[in-house]
Amino acid sequence: MAMHYKDFLRIDHMPHMWCPGCGIGIIVKAMLRAIQTVEWPINDIAVISGIGCTSRAPGYLDMNTLHTTHGRALTFATGIKLMRPDKHVVVISGDGDAAAIGGNHLVHSCRRNIDITLIIVNNNIYGMTGGQCSPTTPLGAKAATSPWGNADPPFDISSLCKGAGATYVARGHVGSGVQLERLIRGGLNHKGFAVIEVLSNCHTQFGRRNKLSDPIELINNIVAKTVNVRQAAKMSREELAGKYPVGLLHQDEEREEYYEAYKKVIQLAEAALKR
Amino acid sequence: MQKILTGNESAAWGAMCAMAQVVSAYPITPQTTIIEELANLVAKGMLKAEFIKVESEHSAMAGCIGAQAAGARTFTATSAQGLALMHEMLHWAALGRLPVVMANVNRAMAPGWSIWTDQNDSLAQRDTGWLQYYCESNQEVLDTVIQAYKVAEAVDLPVMLVLDAFFLSHTYEAVDIPGQERTLGYLPPYKPSIYLDVNEPHAFGGIVPQDVYMEFRYKMQLAMDQALEEADKADEEFNRMFGRGYGLIERYHSDDAETILVTAGTATSTARVVIDDLRARGRSVGLLKIRLFRPFPAQLVREALAGCRRVAVLDRNICVGMGGIFAQEIRSALYHQPPERRPHIHGYIVGLGGRDIIPEVIEQIADDAEKRTVDDGRMIWIGLKD
Ligand SMILES: Cc1ncc(C[n+]2csc(CCOP(=O)(O)OP(=O)(O)O)c2C)c(N)n1
Ligand code: SF4
Repeated sequence: MAMHYKDFLRIDHMPHMWCPGCGIGIIVKAMLRAIQTVEWPINDIAVISGIGCTSRAPGYLDMNTLHTTHGRALTFATGIKLMRPDKHVVVISGDGDAAAIGGNHLVHSCRRNIDITLIIVNNNIYGMTGGQCSPTTPLGAKAATSPWGNADPPFDISSLCKGAGATYVARGHVGSGVQLERLIRGGLNHKGFAVIEVLSNCHTQFGRRNKLSDPIELINNIVAKTVNVRQAAKMSREELAGKYPVGLLHQDEEREEYYEAYKKVIQLAEAALKR
Repeated sequence: MQKILTGNESAAWGAMCAMAQVVSAYPITPQTTIIEELANLVAKGMLKAEFIKVESEHSAMAGCIGAQAAGARTFTATSAQGLALMHEMLHWAALGRLPVVMANVNRAMAPGWSIWTDQNDSLAQRDTGWLQYYCESNQEVLDTVIQAYKVAEAVDLPVMLVLDAFFLSHTYEAVDIPGQERTLGYLPPYKPSIYLDVNEPHAFGGIVPQDVYMEFRYKMQLAMDQALEEADKADEEFNRMFGRGYGLIERYHSDDAETILVTAGTATSTARVVIDDLRARGRSVGLLKIRLFRPFPAQLVREALAGCRRVAVLDRNICVGMGGIFAQEIRSALYHQPPERRPHIHGYIVGLGGRDIIPEVIEQIADDAEKRTVDDGRMIWIGLKD
């Protein structure tokens, strides 16, 4: 299918604010290709974001978009989805937005298994505010708030989401836009809470402080740490240390979606009232 | 020692001079460089403080509250959305009578998203029981941080000092830094009256029944009354020791003026230039700068405005449905004055979302006020586009 990005973009809002070489562009393109191939009417999709470099994406999309507050995108999205359960809701969030200030909403969205697709751009740092530690900054890495190296252990976002009850969890990276598109499409088609964690490069804020200021070098560094899930399954714990399995990590089509369960409660209540 | 500092760096150096022991903060534009400068000062060994990395502003203030309750002098900084998110904790710090000091960089609230200055973020926290200072220069920011601790710790109430986004936070000025040793002569180490003490345990935050809650609030009010005196004393003592004083308000050519403009924050500096210029052209205009907003120095404001015919209040904020907040406060402060001491009060909404308040705008306001013959209490919007 020929891809016409311009059909999805607010070209009058260009040039965008992202640094040259930033991975967010690759991710937005993969998301748009995935959206085009699921062939939903464009007006049936709402894209929601919080605040951050990543969260600026909806500003450039020519669709229903809501640019909300830092960390709370999922709560706005939940409101939209419950009001219009027949429509499609996609959230795009940075690692800080999703897992620091918004961490509470992340785990509870997973727990409910509401039919929302969440793309988390994990660049290991707060990009927009100038490179402070995020909950995914690796141990020992330098950041504006850890000039001597980070002492706070990082989250594994995908494992966190799986543990909290998300029914589709995948991890991709900016080194493979094709794989990423496939993983996002899987998330869009999944009925339930779908999380796609994307390992991305913020060479400006993370790379610069950690001797990886060249975007290509940083992307290569990220790719070198990834290992395909199938291969990972055959590896020992020791071999997997410091590695990030990529691909579809978890899928459960059995668990009931939140609104489906909620509808039953409504029916019960209505039946009781009629009696 | 003199240094060229931004407004944000001045706030950090103020906290360094005051020897804050715990800093708990979350980054937000345009506050970020306050925290980064504090991190630098700690990294260079110039400040011995613990830095708590938190997940949001709500936790940042909670961290300060915890540390302060454990007996430490604390500092934090934020802006706009961050301050709004702190709201619950602002009440906690004030009702818990914990003298936390915080710098807030005035930034407009979203949506639509803006990182530029206006006063709605801090003024929305007016009723939380925090003292509020509005600063005009980088020197005043640094000095006010030090004064803030003095006043806060004297009355056991938290203090917020406010500086304009970018106009102050990111512009450089030569700033005199008293240093820790000289500051110590002015501000002794923090000695809390009660705190979480292993030798003498206390319980904070208990449930308060209907028959005593009101008394807690009344005591806060008494503390606020006392804060007015303490703020005045703190400024005078600061002036004696360091040769700089600001007053709680400042009157500039206002004694004999027929028209007095009222400002807070950086618009004050611009207004001074305009007043000089208009005076040179024979116009009877003056200026009143409000530095301390909470507690409101009502008596000083009454005295400053008693002799003039009209007051033009520049509000870089809007209480939608009522008007500019400084104008409202001044109106209510003057309400009980006899008619001959009660000038007309015209409220101007100006410079929201960082729109520049240039000299021409201030002159336009002075011109407009001089032409008005009735005091109809309506808000007047300046520079609106069609
Ligand atoms: C309540 C609140 N606190 C702080 C901020 C400031 N802020 C904006 S973006 C951001 C962090 C961005 O990091 P991340 O979510 O990882 O996204 P990235 O910029 O890296 O894409 C912060 C702290 C804000 N907008 N609102
Ligand atoms: S600061 Fe980092 S995340 Fe933000 S646009 Fe630049 S490279 Fe991308």
